[in-house]
Amino acid sequence: MLRLSNITQIFGGLNALEDVSFSVKEGSITGIIGPNGAGKTTLFNIVTGLYTQTGGDVFLGGENISFLETEELAGRGLVRTFQNVELFRKMTVLENVMVGLHTKSSSGIFSCVFKLPRQTREEKAIREKSMVWLKYTGIAELAEMTAGNLPFGKGRLLEISRALAAEPKIILMDEPAAGLNSRETAELALLIRKIRQSGVTVVLVEHDMDLVMDVCDAIVVLNLGKKLAEGTPREIQENPAVISAYLGEG
Amino acid sequence: MLKEKKHQIFIFVIFALAVLSVPFFLQGNYLLNVLVFVGINTMLAVGLNLLLGYAGQISLGHAAFFGMGAYISGIVTSRYPVEPFLIIFLAAVCVGLIAFVIGFPILKLKGHYLAMATLGFGIIMYIIFNETVDWTGGPSGLSGIPSLKIGPVVFDNDQSNYYLVWVFTLVVMMLSINLSNSRIGRALRAIHDSEVAARVMGVNARFLKVQIFTVSAVISAVAGSLYAHVMTFIAPASFGFNFSVELLTMIVIGGLGSVYGSFLGAVILTMLPEFLRVFQDLDIVIYGLMLILMTMYMPGGLISGIEMAAEFFSSRLRKGKGE
Amino acid sequence: MDNFQQLFQYVLTGLSNGAIYALIGFGFAVIYNSTGIINFAQGEFVMLGGMLTVFLLTVLHVSLVPAIALAIVVSTLVGILFERFAIRPLKDAQPLSLIIITIGASIFIRGVAMLVWGKDTHALPAFSSHDPLSIAGATILPQHLWILGVTILIIAASRLFFNHSIIGKAMRACSYNPRAAGLVGINVKSMVLLSFSLSAAIGSLAGIIIAPLTMTSFDVGVMLGLKGFCAVIIGGMSSGMGTVLGGLLLGLLEALGAGFISASYKDAIAFIILLLILFIRPEGLFRKKETERF
Repeated sequence: MLRLSNITQIFGGLNALEDVSFSVKEGSITGIIGPNGAGKTTLFNIVTGLYTQTGGDVFLGGENISFLETEELAGRGLVRTFQNVELFRKMTVLENVMVGLHTKSSSGIFSCVFKLPRQTREEKAIREKSMVWLKYTGIAELAEMTAGNLPFGKGRLLEISRALAAEPKIILMDEPAAGLNSRETAELALLIRKIRQSGVTVVLVEHDMDLVMDVCDAIVVLNLGKKLAEGTPREIQENPAVISAYLGEG
Repeated sequence: MLKEKKHQIFIFVIFALAVLSVPFFLQGNYLLNVLVFVGINTMLAVGLNLLLGYAGQISLGHAAFFGMGAYISGIVTSRYPVEPFLIIFLAAVCVGLIAFVIGFPILKLKGHYLAMATLGFGIIMYIIFNETVDWTGGPSGLSGIPSLKIGPVVFDNDQSNYYLVWVFTLVVMMLSINLSNSRIGRALRAIHDSEVAARVMGVNARFLKVQIFTVSAVISAVAGSLYAHVMTFIAPASFGFNFSVELLTMIVIGGLGSVYGSFLGAVILTMLPEFLRVFQDLDIVIYGLMLILMTMYMPGGLISGIEMAAEFFSSRLRKGKGE
Repeated sequence: MDNFQQLFQYVLTGLSNGAIYALIGFGFAVIYNSTGIINFAQGEFVMLGGMLTVFLLTVLHVSLVPAIALAIVVSTLVGILFERFAIRPLKDAQPLSLIIITIGASIFIRGVAMLVWGKDTHALPAFSSHDPLSIAGATILPQHLWILGVTILIIAASRLFFNHSIIGKAMRACSYNPRAAGLVGINVKSMVLLSFSLSAAIGSLAGIIIAPLTMTSFDVGVMLGLKGFCAVIIGGMSSGMGTVLGGLLLGLLEALGAGFISASYKDAIAFIILLLILFIRPEGLFRKKETERF
């Protein structure tokens, strides 16, 4: 589904990523782990077009997406959530998800301004579908709340709803468990499984080892910008190189 | 922003009726003349608000588009016997094209750089208005601009000008409200809030910014054409940096991102100088102070204050009924 | 011979104007490099320098040197007040809000200047004599020499300050990483205040030394500020040679353009250059390597 080939990223003398290659199987839940500074978020930024890699390529379902702009990816089925939860804080919860449906709708400036019938019908459909996605993550009752006022955990769920609204083939989550308490993390694990069940491939960057070992089918370990290991959770847990890279970490 | 669709339509209809009925009460009153300019300024403010309030892109050169519309209409109709309404349309298309082309490089810039670039553009146009004397008449202005006509009706007095301007302005306001509640309106507000997240969700931020910049420029140009025909005389002094700042102040005071806020700002900044001599002399000082104070203490503008009060009272009423 | 003389004249005028743009641009760079903010009101400090000096000279009958010193002090005070009341409370606000506030402040300062001093233009007497000198057949006023001299002094002084003094190095640290700087004991707030004071002082000095040549009035700030901004953009926001070169280049192009193409479009030239640079090479022409900013 997603293949990274020899990704190298150099920031002014610093090798953030060096020759990283791995594949993500369709329908899997893959975790990317590694000590801080290993380059995980940089990797996500490259895949989602926010950075352009210094070397290497990214393939989505066989298509080379290395040099596409970020906005061209959602339509191709690739979405992501952010470590800091990038919500549209001044809009309502429902409106946030409605923006998620941007690639699933098509009214342009002209039809919106002149309120053509097609646009009115589409608007109704967008609204209804958005409610469905809010129900999916269990926050439907917060629909009219201003997103900026949401408690942190609910904000994460909103971001996921918004991403799912684009009906992606693959969703990249950047540290989704960060800042969640243990109950919320358990609910997150259930949600991630539910997402995979519906046919969406999930890739996570995470620090929460319990969550990763529990939920992931495959794990890729990065350290200091290089791929250290790749395998099933059991294999990774028993890999001596991984253990020593994490010595001192939780 | 009162959410209920029905409420919104209701409010707009009331507003429109109120606006259209004003001339009956103010026949022959000087106030009517001022209200014509409130109309023009409201149109301009709504246009700028689309760019700044919704999409969050600052422009300090909007007076340039206003001037371009005014001069194209003014120059062509004062020299050639063409149908002025046609020229208004053509001027709008012309300015739209220019804005579209300039929009791409200019909107790649962000924040202060965008502000400076639009300021620079505005000043370049101002210099052109002043220096192309053969066409524009230079600093002493261009006169002899014909009034608009529809059949036997000539728009050459306060009453008819009021209707002319306000019909256009009400249409622009209505279209703006349509836009804000739509897919594109949400996409614009998303860009303002978190451009990164908007792009990740597939919003083509670059192109959309250029589109809204163009729409905003076209609205300003139409306002300019109307202004030229209403005044029958235009001069570069009305289209400089000071006016761009005035427009910015209007929407900051009235309410960024709100159509009624634009109206409120336009009312305050057009009428106060007319009726308070003191205001006239102190105007720049007051604008500067207002920009600072409103941004610090009431970033949603006066309209947000009014909306909060309305919310407060209506929830009081509902509580009262419930008991 | 005549064409060459003309060219030389334009070059001289251009360089001296360019020096002013460089000084003003320097003020932008100092604030930007320590706070990440573009101070829209920079041009107003330039205006204040000239106008205050005129006021002190003609109304309060202070003699030239004290007038200049006092004008710089008052402008610096205005800069400090500006930082305390308009910038500091909003350090964490949205960038759009900061932009609007700096615009508001610049308008406010200009408005107050207009109220106090009216709309007339004023001339400041030249510092030394009015008599032009003749160099290689071109006329140069002593004031041009003052301008070039003062600019070189300021740039050299700032080089010394930022590279060799503790405070200067502390300011640079703040611009690279305010949090780290705070952690090693640098008072970031004072550094920010200092950068605004420096900018205001230098800006007002620039306004003073050019006033004898170009007249001053309450609204010179807008144009000069923009041109200074243009200079610093060309120079890549550097607080050193980059901005100097940017200013000189701008001044030269402007003078040559005004001389050979069209005098009435002189101001437009600077802004066209500004737009071109912002469109094509926003990081500037003279940007040093990432690691060296001053």
